[in-house]
Amino acid sequence: MKVFEKIGKKIATTVDQIITFLKFFRDCFKWLPVPPFRFGQIAEQVEKIGIESIIIVSLSTFTTGMIIGLQLVNIMRLFGGETFAGAGVAISISRELAPVITAIVLIGKNGSSMTAEIGSMKVTEQIDAMETMAVNPIRYLVIPRLVASIFVFPALTALANVVGVFGGYLVSVKVMQVNSAAYLNTMYYWTDPDDIWTGLVKAVVFAVIVTTICCYQGLKTRGGAKGVGDSTTTAVVISTVAILIADYIMTDIFISFLGL
Amino acid sequence: MNTIIKVKDLFKAFHDHEVLKGVSLDIEEGKITTVIGKSGTGKSVLLKNIIGILKPDSGEVFYRDSRINDIKPQELLEFRKKIGYLFQNAALFDFMTVKENIGFPLVEQLGMNPGKKLDDRVVKLLDLVELPGIENKFPSELSGGMRKRVGLARAIAVEPEIVLFDEPTTGLDPILAQSIDSLIIKVNRELNMTCIVISHDIPSTLHSADKVALLFDGTIQFAGTPDEVMRSDHRILKQFISNSFRSRGEI
Repeated sequence: MKVFEKIGKKIATTVDQIITFLKFFRDCFKWLPVPPFRFGQIAEQVEKIGIESIIIVSLSTFTTGMIIGLQLVNIMRLFGGETFAGAGVAISISRELAPVITAIVLIGKNGSSMTAEIGSMKVTEQIDAMETMAVNPIRYLVIPRLVASIFVFPALTALANVVGVFGGYLVSVKVMQVNSAAYLNTMYYWTDPDDIWTGLVKAVVFAVIVTTICCYQGLKTRGGAKGVGDSTTTAVVISTVAILIADYIMTDIFISFLGL
Repeated sequence: MNTIIKVKDLFKAFHDHEVLKGVSLDIEEGKITTVIGKSGTGKSVLLKNIIGILKPDSGEVFYRDSRINDIKPQELLEFRKKIGYLFQNAALFDFMTVKENIGFPLVEQLGMNPGKKLDDRVVKLLDLVELPGIENKFPSELSGGMRKRVGLARAIAVEPEIVLFDEPTTGLDPILAQSIDSLIIKVNRELNMTCIVISHDIPSTLHSADKVALLFDGTIQFAGTPDEVMRSDHRILKQFISNSFRSRGEI
């Protein structure tokens, strides 16, 4: 009987948490278009999430492009179609890998720091202090991060596209000795603008998912340093799983329903 | 004397743990009311219910004649503008300088723009709490007592009607504690702000309070002036006072 009681409680708690998160999510979008727009704070976050992440995102996607180039040339050479690796690299990078790798890097680098920063503020009563001064923490802390992420995630994804494709090209042409002109030709022929913008749309959705989950986890932190650590871990795990699930759903919508 | 805040039969529990079990208390305008009680009896919970950070399970809180439970979020924000809050650990924003911390409510609540006027106001407030010249320091560079005084400067920056003090002297040496007491009296007498102080420091309380309320076992067990406190035969109150003086070596 106790087992059922425990399971029941767990389900009730999970449902309760999901409802609370959805209310928080609704509040974020309720406040998003409402002035004052804190341009200073948004710029600060753009610098922190965006500019300071350029090197790590470039390095990650450059390496990913190289790996994909290596694998595709290796496989396609079996069928004598190694020049098609150019198209394979460009399409896989722009549709999937650039947005996903960028988002995962930003979860580790910035999502975790959003949770830890807001979580520390929560456990040291700084959030309560903000509320007592009639300032809404969602408007002051979450909205600038959300707006910055909505701009930065697709911008870094666009950069990741270029760097990743270049990494794939270098390995395919310089290491695996694929003909450069044929490689580029298949890439230009088979890659559509749809491949690029579907990836960028994914990046915007990932920005919203990562920022809301990480800030929410920060705001519901309890219990000192351990609480901050637990919230940060939870935020990273949930955001990572959430973007992969969202990626599958969006890919299915783009392919099955929109024919892209 | 007018009642500025009225707490009526307030109940608050966290999961299965009942903290407040029917607290009723009147706060008189222009006076210093101190709520005393052991650690963990729900004194801070009471303050947070008054300002609406926590919602009571049942019971009512009135500001003058307006019931402030269940008011709309916008009205709650307006109500909070009338109240300053000094947190136990000051709760200064650690990513802001002292100037930005004190300027925060001035910018956010009064809409002041950064500039000379704001800087002058911050300097004045720092002079008031006897900490001139620390505008550009970060909270991590300040001692506990300094942080509390900066927290007090921030709490009174917008000249609220009521200031809530959550254990303002906890963790401070007797000299610093006395200076905080003097500041509370200064805020009350010179700036005419109603003060609600949470404390378990009896000597401080008897020195500064106009009214003392004892919170024990989730209810207010006694309320009276410091003289009435000293004369009272209330068993728990007497025990609390004698323990407090004994721990300070004054008996």
